Amino acid sequence: MKSAAATPPYTLNHPRWYRKRVSTYWWLQRWEYLRFVLREISSVFIAIFVVETLFQIYTLSRGPEAYAIFLSVLKNPFVFALNVISLLFVVFHSITWFNLSARAMSIRVGGKKVPGFLISGPNFAAWFFISAVIAWLLLRS
Amino acid sequence: MADTIKLEVSRYSPETDAAPHFQSFEVPYRKDWVVLDALNYIKDKQDGSLTYRWSCRMGICGSCGMLVNGEPKLTCATFLADYAPAPVRVEPLRNFPVVRDLVIAMNDFMRKLQKMKPWLIRKEEKPVSEGEYLQSPEELEAFKQYSMCINCMLCYAACPVYGLDPLFSGPAAIALAQRYNLDSRDQGSKDRFPVLSQHDAIWGCTFVGECTRVCPKHVDPAGAIQQYKLTAALDWVKSVVMPWGGK
Repeated sequence: MKSAAATPPYTLNHPRWYRKRVSTYWWLQRWEYLRFVLREISSVFIAIFVVETLFQIYTLSRGPEAYAIFLSVLKNPFVFALNVISLLFVVFHSITWFNLSARAMSIRVGGKKVPGFLISGPNFAAWFFISAVIAWLLLRS
Repeated sequence: MADTIKLEVSRYSPETDAAPHFQSFEVPYRKDWVVLDALNYIKDKQDGSLTYRWSCRMGICGSCGMLVNGEPKLTCATFLADYAPAPVRVEPLRNFPVVRDLVIAMNDFMRKLQKMKPWLIRKEEKPVSEGEYLQSPEELEAFKQYSMCINCMLCYAACPVYGLDPLFSGPAAIALAQRYNLDSRDQGSKDRFPVLSQHDAIWGCTFVGECTRVCPKHVDPAGAIQQYKLTAALDWVKSVVMPWGGK
């Protein structure tokens, strides 16, 4: 217990409330908070993926030479590692997004609430289907 | 099985202390005791100066919310057996100023709750002679979940946004606004819209989802806030597409 002398005096009409400051590292103190911060950070990697895809289309439009340079950049170990990390974050972002969509939407049919899995389920199905179609288009040759 | 269990209780006396500190108490360990029973035992037998709020002992009044081992809990519904034999750490709710020991100041929450106008608003009250405002079971179901809120403020203690931005309206206040918005007898959603659609209200929420996880009454405030974001966004789209539309 600290001595009263070190702190401002207590008076009846101005009780001294103790306010604790939130630590800068609050997001490291609980796994749930860390998971939330990772989910938020994933948006940075989504942006990286989007910019990369736009570059891919741009270089593709500039002819085979430009595209070859783009492909050689992708083979750089640093860029490769960044893409692997980005992919993990994009998958994490997508899964959490579709799971949250069920909670953010309250759809009622005939007075009854539609269960969550019927909202997130079709989202996941569409995601897998579109991914499969793209994979098929890219890998069929 | 040990016959006692150690409780580490946060103590703060505004008259003498600059900051809270922990005091240890040995209390009898009984399987049917909740943390609140242990606190009552300390107050009765060991230290009558221990200060905390409680009333109903059955998860209805919402007074006994505290941090138990860092987790926001109703102490009347948190059994010692779930923590034994390790010591149990009891602290006041996070994100609120501490008045004394385990008592927090709830003024901020009360002020925010009031701003949401959490009551039935009618454009015109019908005379009593015309009878009640009837409601079907489906209409009741639309808001019943949100009406279960007991104002225990565990969601505020779990919300990092409220901790970082004290202006944020917070989970329970928004969920209770939504409770009345979704009530078929209420006509006040347009009155609540300006309060709810502010940055400090729904748009302050980043959907951490902890409020819903700690809620002892399964209110799902996080869901309520996201659903209102959708309502507010659609309202904005409507106002852009049809600026002449009836407001």
